[in-house]
Amino acid sequence: MSQPDPAGDAGSDWSALLVAVGQRRDRAAFARLFAHFGPRLKSYLMRLGAQPNQAEDVVQEAMLMVWRKAHLFDPQRAEAATWLFTIARNRRIDLLRRDGRGGPAASLPWEDNLPDPVDETPLPDERLDQTRQAEQVRRAIATLPPEQAQVVHLSFFQEMAHGAIADHLDVPLGTVKSRLRLAMKRIRQGLGKDTFGKDTLAEETLPDPPPTGA
Amino acid sequence: MTDTRHHPSEATLMAFAAGALDEGLALVVSCHLVSCPACRALVAEGEMIGGALLDSSQPAPLADDALSRMMARLDEPEPPPPPATDGNAPAWMPAPLARQMNALHGPSWAAQARRSLGWRWLAPGVRQLSVMRRTRGGGTARLLSIAPGTTLPHHDHGGLELTCVLDGAFHDERALYQTGDVAELEPDTPHQPVAEGNHPCLCLIANEQPTRFSGLVGRLTQPLIGF
Ligand SMILES: [Zn+2]
Repeated sequence: MSQPDPAGDAGSDWSALLVAVGQRRDRAAFARLFAHFGPRLKSYLMRLGAQPNQAEDVVQEAMLMVWRKAHLFDPQRAEAATWLFTIARNRRIDLLRRDGRGGPAASLPWEDNLPDPVDETPLPDERLDQTRQAEQVRRAIATLPPEQAQVVHLSFFQEMAHGAIADHLDVPLGTVKSRLRLAMKRIRQGLGKDTFGKDTLAEETLPDPPPTGA
Repeated sequence: MTDTRHHPSEATLMAFAAGALDEGLALVVSCHLVSCPACRALVAEGEMIGGALLDSSQPAPLADDALSRMMARLDEPEPPPPPATDGNAPAWMPAPLARQMNALHGPSWAAQARRSLGWRWLAPGVRQLSVMRRTRGGGTARLLSIAPGTTLPHHDHGGLELTCVLDGAFHDERALYQTGDVAELEPDTPHQPVAEGNHPCLCLIANEQPTRFSGLVGRLTQPLIGF
């Protein structure tokens, strides 16, 4: 197995490590994944408002899921960081739901209730080179206009749906939806998909936002 | 499944991918995704954004014993998987909703449902079935069965409302929605769905916040909604 380059973050190596965990229960590979993604997950969770020790606990829970579900990881369908993101997202929501209900965790079989696109999403035209695509997505995100980057960050780092974002930024809901739509469009274009399959629908369901000074 | 013509907005799919959508709304989206590859692809792209943001996060150092704690947990016995649906779920019910019903009522709910799913009268020609306890965000999700030609009470809602047609069809002031379609209604958009065709329209409806029914019938029926 090739050594992941800690500075270079070569995605294919993380995928190879995940495959090694899934196929051979490779603990050394898992420890390397933990060393790389654990601190990033903690950082991500803290940006979502978790206290440091809460974040540590969720990191442990999420990485335990990674260990248990690694056999489901398919490097043709997802890049390692994307797959880890979905596992952590689902685990975090799962834990929050349980806390909110006050019940013992074991009594609520939420795991498979989570809308889980990881297991169910075939990506017909996206099977090639997930690593390259992830790199293109990173580049596209880095070049988003500030107002689009802002709504993307509020979605992912503040867990805000668009209504909450509109309230937070004090702009019309249509403006937020339009910025998110444009951000997705740019990212699709970054992936070389210039056609936007749902343009007609988008026009129909998303009225043009009123002019705004924001 | 026929081609769906009405989809959740890109903003909603992005919020779904980010984990930012309230649980009931997420259930409606996941029921739509079952039959909509186009939206699945958009959600997958949203998840790639999540992966990219995760990977580019500034690492926050873990506690000194984090790795040893982690490795010590790997041999913990796995909790048993949640029981699978027993195959009695109605044909119109998408898998994510069937799993939700399992979680709420136990694995034998579908067999019991042959007798009664626990539908409650809501208004003339309209019955409802709650499919979720109130969510973290204060939202709800419920099934409505609307008899042909029946008009739902005129209502508006404080938050986003998503409706997925599971069987039959309805129209409102804006469009005709058929099986698999999603109607996405922004806050404070009053609308009045009418069931189409000659058998009941079954819809899964989720709100961010409790729906307000307006008008006399609305005021009378609101307490029965139980939210
Ligand atoms: Zn769709």
